[in-house]
Amino acid sequence: METFLGIDYPTLWYLVVGLLFSGYAILEGFDYGAGAWHLFLRKDLSRRVAINAIGPLWDANQVWLIIGGGALFAGFPVMYATMLSAMYIPFMLFLMLLVLRSASIKFRSAEEMTWWRKTWDIIYFISNTLIGFLLGVVLGNVLQGFELHENFEYKGGIFFSFLNPYALMVGFTTLSIFMTQGAIFLLLKTEGRLHDRLSFLLKKGMIFFIISFAITSLYTLTFLPGVTDKFKEQPVFFILPILAFLAVANVPRLVSKKKYAQALIFSSLIMAFLLMLVAFQLYPVLLPSTISPEYSVTIYNAASSQKSLGIMLTIVLIGAPLLAAYFLFLYKTFHGKVKLDDTSY
Amino acid sequence: MDTEILARIQFAFTVAFHYIYPPLSIGIGLIMVIFEGLYLKTGKKQYEILTRFWLKIFAITFGIGVATGIIMEFEFGTNWSVYSKYVGDIFGSALAAEGLFAFGLESTFLGILIFGWNRVSPKVHFISTIGVFFGSMFSAVWIVVANSWQQTPAGYHIVGEGLSARAEVTDFWAMVFNPSSVDRIIHVWQGAFLAGAFMVLSVHAYYLLKGRYVEISKKAFKISLVVATIVSLTQLVSGHSSADGVAVNQPAKLAAMEGHYDESAAADLYMFGWVDDESQKVTGLGIPGGLSFLVHQDFEEPIQGLNAFPKDEIPTQVNAVFQFYHIMISIGMFLIGLTLYASYLWWRGKLFEKKWLLRIFAFSVLLPQIANQAGWFAAEMGRQPWVVYGHLKTSDAFSQEVSANQILFSLILFFVVYAILFLLFLYSLNKKIKHGPYIEAEHPDEFLKYT
Repeated sequence: METFLGIDYPTLWYLVVGLLFSGYAILEGFDYGAGAWHLFLRKDLSRRVAINAIGPLWDANQVWLIIGGGALFAGFPVMYATMLSAMYIPFMLFLMLLVLRSASIKFRSAEEMTWWRKTWDIIYFISNTLIGFLLGVVLGNVLQGFELHENFEYKGGIFFSFLNPYALMVGFTTLSIFMTQGAIFLLLKTEGRLHDRLSFLLKKGMIFFIISFAITSLYTLTFLPGVTDKFKEQPVFFILPILAFLAVANVPRLVSKKKYAQALIFSSLIMAFLLMLVAFQLYPVLLPSTISPEYSVTIYNAASSQKSLGIMLTIVLIGAPLLAAYFLFLYKTFHGKVKLDDTSY
Repeated sequence: MDTEILARIQFAFTVAFHYIYPPLSIGIGLIMVIFEGLYLKTGKKQYEILTRFWLKIFAITFGIGVATGIIMEFEFGTNWSVYSKYVGDIFGSALAAEGLFAFGLESTFLGILIFGWNRVSPKVHFISTIGVFFGSMFSAVWIVVANSWQQTPAGYHIVGEGLSARAEVTDFWAMVFNPSSVDRIIHVWQGAFLAGAFMVLSVHAYYLLKGRYVEISKKAFKISLVVATIVSLTQLVSGHSSADGVAVNQPAKLAAMEGHYDESAAADLYMFGWVDDESQKVTGLGIPGGLSFLVHQDFEEPIQGLNAFPKDEIPTQVNAVFQFYHIMISIGMFLIGLTLYASYLWWRGKLFEKKWLLRIFAFSVLLPQIANQAGWFAAEMGRQPWVVYGHLKTSDAFSQEVSANQILFSLILFFVVYAILFLLFLYSLNKKIKHGPYIEAEHPDEFLKYT
C-alpha cells in the first residue's frame, strides 16, 4: 500500500475527512447555534442583527459541509452510500431543514409585515435547532453501530429506529455545544442591550451543555462496551479526553472574564477534541456492525483505489491553501460588530 | 409504485428543479461581470446601477441553487447507494475538485459580492464578481465531467464482480477529458449564458415597454443582445459536435433522438413528429436522409437503428427522447432567428421601434430554460437503460435497503418545500423587477445626473 510521510493513503484521507467535519462543526456550529437562540431574542431589530451577524459568512461556512460530503463520497464511497441510505429519514429531514433555513435567511427581512417576519423567525429557529440536534443523532447512531450484514447490507429499522435514547443524548449534547458556540459568536458581533441579553443567555447555554455532556459521557462509559479499550492499548491518547475536559472547563472561565474571542477558540477546541476522541476510538472502523466486527465498514474496505486517493490528496494539497486564503480574506473583510446597511438582510 | 420508479421520479424532480437556478446564476454572472467591468472602465454610474440591480436577482437565484444543490450531493448516497459505490472512485474525485476549486471560490466571494460594497474597493469588488462567476463556471465543468463519464466512460477499469463490482480510475485526465465532456461542457455553458442573457433581455424589454428606466434599459438590452446573438449562433456548433459524438459513442441514443428503428438504413432528420413505438414509424415533417447527411455528409449512408441493438439495451421511452430533443433544437433555432433579426434592426437603427418584438423578448426568458431542461431530459432518458453507459443499469443502481414508503415520504416533502420555494422565488423576483433599479419618483433625474 502506498504511503506518504509513512502514513497509508486511507488513513490520510480519514484525517482529511475528519478535518473537514471538524471545520464544519466549528464554523456551522456557530451559525446553527446562533439560529437556535433566535426566538430567545425578543425584538425584531435584535433578530435582524443576529441574522446579519452570520449574513456574509454562512454561505462560505456551508462549503465545509459540501466538501466534507464530497470527500466522504470520494474517499470512502462504501461509507457514504451505506450511512446515507441506512439513515434515510434523518438525512432527508436534515436536507429539507437546510433548504428551509436558507429560505428563512433570504426571505425573512424581505417584507415588513409582522406575521411574515414571525413566521420566518419560527422556521429559522426550528430548522437551526433541529439541524444541530439531527447531526448529533446521526453521530450517536454511528457510534453505536448499524445492523450491517455481509456486503454492508443494512437490515435495521427504517423509519424511527434512529431515535434511540443514546442518539437522542448525543443530539442534545451537540445542540448544546452549538448553542454555546453560537452565543459566544453573537457576543463578538453585537453591542448594547442585545449584548447583555446574549451574555445572560450564554450562561444558560453553558449549563445546558455541561449537564448534557456529563450525562452523555457517563452513559458512553457505562453502556458502550469496549469504548476505552483503545486508550488502554495506547495510553498516550488519554491526552485527548484530558484536553477536551480542560477546554470545557476553560470556556466558562474566559466568558466570565469577557474574553469572548478566546472563549470562541476554546469552545471550537472542545468540538475538535471530542471529534478527535471519536475518530481515535473508531479507527480504523468508520461504521461498526452490530452483527459482527468483520462486517463493519472500515477505512480499508470502504476506500477508493490507491490511484484515486492519490489524485484526491493532490487536489487537497493544491486546493486547501487557496480555500484558506479565501476564508482569511472573507473573515478579515467582515471583522467587527454588525452594522446594518442597505445591503443587509 | 416500486422503489426504482419512485427513486427515479425523485431524482428527476429534484435535479430538474435545481437546474432552473445554476444556469441563471452563470448567465447573469457573465452579464454582471460585463456591467461592472464597464463601470470600472468608464466610471459611468449607470453601469453601477445595473450591476447592483442584477446582483440582487443573482443573490436570490444563487441562494436557491446552492440550497437545492446540497440535496443532489447527498441524494446519490441516500437513493442510489449501489451507484455511489460503483462510481465513487471516479465521480468522487470530480466532486472533490468541484467542492474545493469551484464551490469554495464562489461561496466565499459571494459574501463580499453581496455585502461588501461599503467594505472593499471597487476593484476588489470586481475581482470578487469575477471570482464568483468563474467559480460557478468551474462547478459546471466538474459536474458535467462526472455526468459525461457516465455517458462515455473512459480512463477506468472494472474491479470485482456482482454487488462489489466498481469502476476505478486508471487515467485521471482520460477520465476528465472523456469523449463527450468537452462538447457537453461548452454546450452547457452556452445554455447557461443564454438563460442569463434572456433573463436580462426580458426584464429590460419589459421596462422599455412600460417606458421606465429607458436609458439604462437600452444599454442593458444591447449588451445582452450581443451576448445572446453570439452564444445562440455558436451553440449550434457545440450542439452539432455533441451529436456527432453521440453518433459514435451512443448510437442507440442517436437513433432514439430521431426515432430511427431500421437496423441499417439511411436516417431522416425531423423538424417535428410523433414516434409510434408499436409500428416503429415517425409521423412528421422531416428531411429524408437528413441525419445520415449530418453524421456522414451523405444522404444515402446507412445509420444503425434501434433494432440493431439488443432489446434490453435501448431506451424504452423513444417518443419522449424524440420530443425533448426536438423541443431543444426548435427553441435553439428560434433563438438564433430572434437574435439575428433584432441585431439586424439594431444595425438599421430601429431596434426599439417594434413593440411586438419587445413583447416577444419579454416572454423569451422561458425559452432557454425550457431548452435546457429538455436537452437534459433527452440526454438522460436517451442513456437509459444504463446509468453508466454499457456497465451499470439504472434498475440495479438504486438503494436496495430503502423502502418505497420512505421515498414516498421524502418525495412528498420535496414537492411541498420546493413548491413553496418556487413561489417565493417568483414572488421576490417579481417584487425586485417591479421595484426596479432605483426609485424613479424620488429621483426623477437620477439618470441624467449620472451621464
